[in-house]
Amino acid sequence: MAADSIINWSLLSLSAPGWGGVLLQGFLHSIQIAVGGYALGLLLGVGGAFGKLYGGPVTRDLLECYTTIVRAVPELVLILLLYYAGTDLLNQLLGAVGFGTVDISGLMAGIFVIGVVQGAYSTEVLRGAIKAVPAGQIEAARAYGMSPGKVLRRVTLPAMLPYAIPGLANLWLIATKDTALLAVVGFSELTLVTRQAAGATKAYLLFFCAAGALYLALTLVSNVFIGALERHARRGFVEQR
Amino acid sequence: MTDETTHALDHADFGLKQSKITNVVDSNELERDAGGKPLHTFPHPALAFTPEDLPKGENFLKPHRVVLILVAAALIVAVALLMRWDWLPRYLPRLGWGILVSIAMLFSTSILGFLFAVPLGLVQVTGPWYLKGLAKIFCTIIRGTPLLLQLWLLYYGLGSLFPQFPAIRHSFLWPYLREAWPYGVAALTISFAAYEGEVMRGAFAGVPAGELEAARAYGMSRWTMFRRIWLPRAIHRALPTLNGETVLQLKSTPLVATITVVDVYAVISKVRQETYLTYEPLLLLALIYLCLTGILVVAFRYFENRIPTRGA
Repeated sequence: MAADSIINWSLLSLSAPGWGGVLLQGFLHSIQIAVGGYALGLLLGVGGAFGKLYGGPVTRDLLECYTTIVRAVPELVLILLLYYAGTDLLNQLLGAVGFGTVDISGLMAGIFVIGVVQGAYSTEVLRGAIKAVPAGQIEAARAYGMSPGKVLRRVTLPAMLPYAIPGLANLWLIATKDTALLAVVGFSELTLVTRQAAGATKAYLLFFCAAGALYLALTLVSNVFIGALERHARRGFVEQR
Repeated sequence: MTDETTHALDHADFGLKQSKITNVVDSNELERDAGGKPLHTFPHPALAFTPEDLPKGENFLKPHRVVLILVAAALIVAVALLMRWDWLPRYLPRLGWGILVSIAMLFSTSILGFLFAVPLGLVQVTGPWYLKGLAKIFCTIIRGTPLLLQLWLLYYGLGSLFPQFPAIRHSFLWPYLREAWPYGVAALTISFAAYEGEVMRGAFAGVPAGELEAARAYGMSRWTMFRRIWLPRAIHRALPTLNGETVLQLKSTPLVATITVVDVYAVISKVRQETYLTYEPLLLLALIYLCLTGILVVAFRYFENRIPTRGA
């Protein structure tokens, strides 16, 4: 009998009496939020980095406020503030336009919240990376008569990639772990689901360790991809150990 | 010399730490002394405050800034007048206590974590293979899982296990283990140790070999060499990162509120429950953390300026 051993593995089975399926569902939610939030953060980051580097003084100062506040206030507090304020503002905005209120899904709110936090960090990472691109390369592109959009697409973004990837890789790993904070606002991602499963079965250690293994697996698998991506982005650079 | 493009990222290492490339990417994190090996650091300079982030005094007040400051002031006045703040005096003593608890959490776990981080970093540089492996596994597991999960694992997991053992229940530790804060301190300490251990590993490895050889040539014993040369030089090299880590640690402290430790975050949650206000308490909380971070950054800048660096 499985129940007689110290660890009751049947609790992790995928079908109904076991909680494995629920756990995997939560894990999927976590990944969805991490991917969505990371993508949104990258968009905000590219915009923010260009605003900080090439924008006017007002844009630059406003962006500085954004990154400073996000970096100084705990993610948990930001998540609470954005979670309530973000949905509220959107509803008011829609109301003002005349659409009536919408129910914002937890998934969307989570992606938005993680995206805003990630946006501030990636702004700084990308700003530094763009600054590291030798100015001559961008000037050469301009001298060839490329339009600003083309310079961005063909030279600046690809050339900054090797400088940005270590920082962006960090951000991805942080995004995956920040999703756990959404458990506090009641979104059923992996951590919250784990806590519910553990509370229902009293097998706390088993479930928390299982969830930890899932997060760890995500990190380790991510690392393999990040390594490959980095080798690809750095091709042509002199390798030195 | 292709030093600018040197890339020392160790893939087995999560990509969590920074490579030499950091120094190109952000001048904030410029190494303090030239010629050393790259200082492997996490977090990325973008992730945490460094003292250089503060505005410099000169040329701060430009015309557009004056306008922005006026707009911000108007916004603050509007928030103060239009929102409800009548609950504030009632909760002020509790808020003060909560802030103290948060600060106590920050300092106790940072100091304890650092004490663990030094051996963690050291054995990864010089230790025998099994200690190296153990330290590596520890850092990998802690850095690969969310802090919230670790905290809940300790509190709910171990917390539910301990009462089953009469030996623990009758020991002198039991009055403490019944409380929530030891679990919070343990989780935050472990987390800080894992991240900082990785930083210290890079810092220990980065101390120029010549300095250690010189110490040996003077006839210093291993312990004296460690105490007088290796550790101080490593700490010196890790200091800028340490600042950022401490700010990150401050930002992790509100998590302990989820296991019923009454810090400033928990007090604000209580306010929100009792007054049914959504934004005002949260705005105040954000302001409190902004101030705490600012104080921390200024304090670190002061201490960093007091440490003599070459050429200064």
